Amino acid sequence: MQIARETLLRSYRAMRTIRDFEERLHVEFATGEIPGFVHLYCGEEASGVGVCANLTDNDTISSTHRGHGHCIAKGVEVSGMMAEIYGKSTGVCRGKGGSMHIADLSRGMLGANGIVGGGPPLMCGAALSHKLLKDGGVAVAFYGDGASNEGSTLESLNLATVWKLPVVFVVEDNGYGEATGSSFAVAGTQKARAEGFGMPYMECDGSDFFAVYQTAGEAIAHARAGNGPVMLHVHLARWYGHFEGDAMTYRAAGEVAEAKRDHDCLELFRKKVTEAGLLEHSELDAIDEAVRDEIESSVIAAKAAPLPGPADLLADVYVRY
Amino acid sequence: MSKKSYRQAINEALRLEMRRDPRVIIMGEDVAGGQGGTSGVVDAWGGVLGVTKGLYTEFGPERVLDTPITEASYIGAAAGAAATGLRPVAELMFVDFVGCCLDQIMNQAAKFRYMFGGKARTPLVIRAMFGAGFNAAAQHSQALYPLFTHIPGLKVVIPSSPYEAKGLLIEAIRDDDPVIFLEHKVMYDDEEDVPDESYTIPFGEANLTREGDDVTIVAFGRMVKLANEAADKLERQGISCTVIDPRTTSPLDRDTILDCVADTGRLVIVDESSPRCNMAADVSALVAEEAFDALKAPIRRVIPPHTPVPFASVLEALYLPDAAKIEAAVKAVMNHKVTEAA
Amino acid sequence: MNASITPITMPKFGLAMTEGKLAGWMVRPGATVRAGDDLADIETSKITNAYESPAAGVLRRQVAQEGEMLAVGALIGVLADADTSDADIDAFIAQFNAEFSAGAAEEADDTPPEPSVMDVKGRSLRVLDIGHGEGDPIVLIHGFGGDIGNWLFNHAALATGRRVIAFDLPGHGGSTKDVGPGSLEFFSSVVVDLLDTLGIDRAHLVAHSLGGAVALTTVKNAPSRVTSLALVAPAGLGPDINMEFIDGFITADRQKTLIPVLSYLVHDKGLIGRKMADDVLRYKRLDGAVDALRQVAAANFTDGRQTDNLRPVLETAPPTLIIWGKDDEILPSSHAANLPDAITVEILPDTGHMPQMERSEEVNTKIRAFLAH
Repeated sequence: MQIARETLLRSYRAMRTIRDFEERLHVEFATGEIPGFVHLYCGEEASGVGVCANLTDNDTISSTHRGHGHCIAKGVEVSGMMAEIYGKSTGVCRGKGGSMHIADLSRGMLGANGIVGGGPPLMCGAALSHKLLKDGGVAVAFYGDGASNEGSTLESLNLATVWKLPVVFVVEDNGYGEATGSSFAVAGTQKARAEGFGMPYMECDGSDFFAVYQTAGEAIAHARAGNGPVMLHVHLARWYGHFEGDAMTYRAAGEVAEAKRDHDCLELFRKKVTEAGLLEHSELDAIDEAVRDEIESSVIAAKAAPLPGPADLLADVYVRY
Repeated sequence: MSKKSYRQAINEALRLEMRRDPRVIIMGEDVAGGQGGTSGVVDAWGGVLGVTKGLYTEFGPERVLDTPITEASYIGAAAGAAATGLRPVAELMFVDFVGCCLDQIMNQAAKFRYMFGGKARTPLVIRAMFGAGFNAAAQHSQALYPLFTHIPGLKVVIPSSPYEAKGLLIEAIRDDDPVIFLEHKVMYDDEEDVPDESYTIPFGEANLTREGDDVTIVAFGRMVKLANEAADKLERQGISCTVIDPRTTSPLDRDTILDCVADTGRLVIVDESSPRCNMAADVSALVAEEAFDALKAPIRRVIPPHTPVPFASVLEALYLPDAAKIEAAVKAVMNHKVTEAA
Repeated sequence: MNASITPITMPKFGLAMTEGKLAGWMVRPGATVRAGDDLADIETSKITNAYESPAAGVLRRQVAQEGEMLAVGALIGVLADADTSDADIDAFIAQFNAEFSAGAAEEADDTPPEPSVMDVKGRSLRVLDIGHGEGDPIVLIHGFGGDIGNWLFNHAALATGRRVIAFDLPGHGGSTKDVGPGSLEFFSSVVVDLLDTLGIDRAHLVAHSLGGAVALTTVKNAPSRVTSLALVAPAGLGPDINMEFIDGFITADRQKTLIPVLSYLVHDKGLIGRKMADDVLRYKRLDGAVDALRQVAAANFTDGRQTDNLRPVLETAPPTLIIWGKDDEILPSSHAANLPDAITVEILPDTGHMPQMERSEEVNTKIRAFLAH
């Protein structure tokens, strides 16, 4: 598989940014300075980045409550995200959305979503826009194994086939819907579901950027060519709890440690590209350092940023009222 | 200008806007009808009560989209399409079906703009028919506008006549916020003069269908017609009423209501929706808070009981507000005697 | 019927009126009235008008209550001399009502003529074309923001024995909202196009306000097409124009703000009802209507003054009658001063900018007399 050097560098940087962003939130959240609650994407970076590396700003995605990774992968600016999570007026949603509602429509990012199964119907609509406006775009609905059981998701699989929409349903299967295992909660298989709705099914190892990039590339090309929807099933491991503070008593000892040891997408990426002579360690180290600086400065800026004021409370409920 | 039914007025508004703006599309269950049938007849229904008839023929399957009976996915798709460049008009058929897709309206479309810090526009219209009077019973007769009015981010429109329906629907389609457009199913054959051209009626501006000195009646949707019937009768008995049709419950024209109550000092509210937390309660609270000193009598609400809508005609008639109940309420506020405090 | 008893019935003001509301009695029961005294205010869908007593006598009964809506021709009161017994009055009312309801059923098909939208050299214009007779037809031209409804009380009255055509200028009423440059030259070319389309060689132009300036421009550009001019409060004869009216008419978007603006139009402010305001609002809500008004205002009232001076046209104009309300608050009646001697000028006291509505009988009589010469 040929991947442009540029793409490799950009993708590594995006994955590293997600990792550092989330690890830093993990630390900062514990200090009590971050309001509300956050759901971390650590361990799943290659999925969001591998899929979005096949997209442009003209394509649309929807995300989940575990949305930081998708936002960064789709190009949403990090300092605005950090400020948003701190509830500051400089946040990408002016402090009114928070972690679960980060969106940037100029990047084709139609929002993280606090509602499980909220995204797939929206992506049917975005795909309809792309189809009728003939702009060549596709829509990608990221959702988890938990959301795969929601009626709204199953309805969307049906609708997307009925209307032959350019939409890719990406099931990020980390094995848990909140604290309940998918072995308990998911009947049948994702594959059988896709086939039942008459769409192609593809799957890949979500810790392997190259596998995701290639499989997603095929899925997206299928949809973009006007052949209708595709399901892409990505197998993943979640490194942290459902939300920060979740003690994960439902997971066996060593499960996460094993994932970190054997399935760290960043380590696997680094190994592969350096062994193949595609990139040098020094280049990757430089990226790591640049990302560390970017995250550090985004936290400093977020902490220093002004809080929203009383006028913000009433603003932007409507375009006009 | 010609006589048009409520149904024709809505059809014409859709047609004119679809001609004007290629981004306007309609979708819903059987908005055309007939696809996948064995006869090959398309546009078989044009909506379950024929409101969208002929649009498929003119605009084709790309812009008149029949849906499976899956409200969550297509209402959500309408919201997603609205946020990404189209201007969908989705038909929910009976508003009672909102139970199947409320998330997509309440948590998605309504919230995008605020949650996303003012960066989203969601020019979505959801049309649905509502109201009792058809023996359609508990799951096909509700007047759920208070439910939508309760949700910030939605606009809620209740046209009370064919003229109102056309102008308000064109306004709704051109509006950049999500709009819930509720059509009273008993009114589809009502007729009046409606201009052939496009026109818009702004939201948040109540219409006074008559002005009087004694009592202000605030009525919603089909209740406007009943309130005017009652007011006609009362006028012959020497009681003159102002009848306010707020047109939209969100935004609500508070000023007009307060002005009229200040003039008349008496208020009757006619609301077909279930009585707890309905528009009558909302308007009562507004007037109690803002115009207490103007009131010469307690506010009276003409509202149904706190029950589901019943099926049997005799029960449905008991359930619904009607002109006689409005007349009685107006007389009651007129006859109120203030007891002097000792 | 008792010869000494006169029925007072719901009058018919204009073509389209089928019913009216008794807005208020102006005479108490038992009071003596002369013929021509104001008896009651009648509210129609357009305007409230005083109803003058058709005879002298004592108002013995107010059959209709204030606020009551009644069909045209229905009994609203009874006039008789003081000697007539109450029993005779009661019998008269009973008999009248019995006959009226029978007659009303028979006349149910008597629908008023409806305007139609016609293509005039590529423009759609709403036209109401009624009456026929020997003489040259009359074309009625309304003013800024007006429509054929401005001639409600005149159209039928002028159409006895003569063809009379009212139409909505482009940008107005039910006509196309494309006003091109919005200039007098443009509107005057539309008048000529209308004459061509209707196959009319020459017409009397009866025109109001800005329509008056359109008529004068038509005389200037196509003198052979105009037999005579009857101008009611015409524009074009002086610089002044009430821009508060023009701007307010364009911007007011609800009854509350529009009614004070419309009140500039009349001397008797009570004439402006909410229905009249509602009609204007309905027009203004049409796509393109407000843009058209803005264009017309920009073309004709630049910098708060009337753009065109058409006084020179009157030097060589065909026979011309000018009628003006003395208390006109839109275009001052002083603009009628110092006109050529050949022109008849009638200044009506206690009248505003709409004499054809406020003094419809008088205006109709004067125009008919003028045309008869």
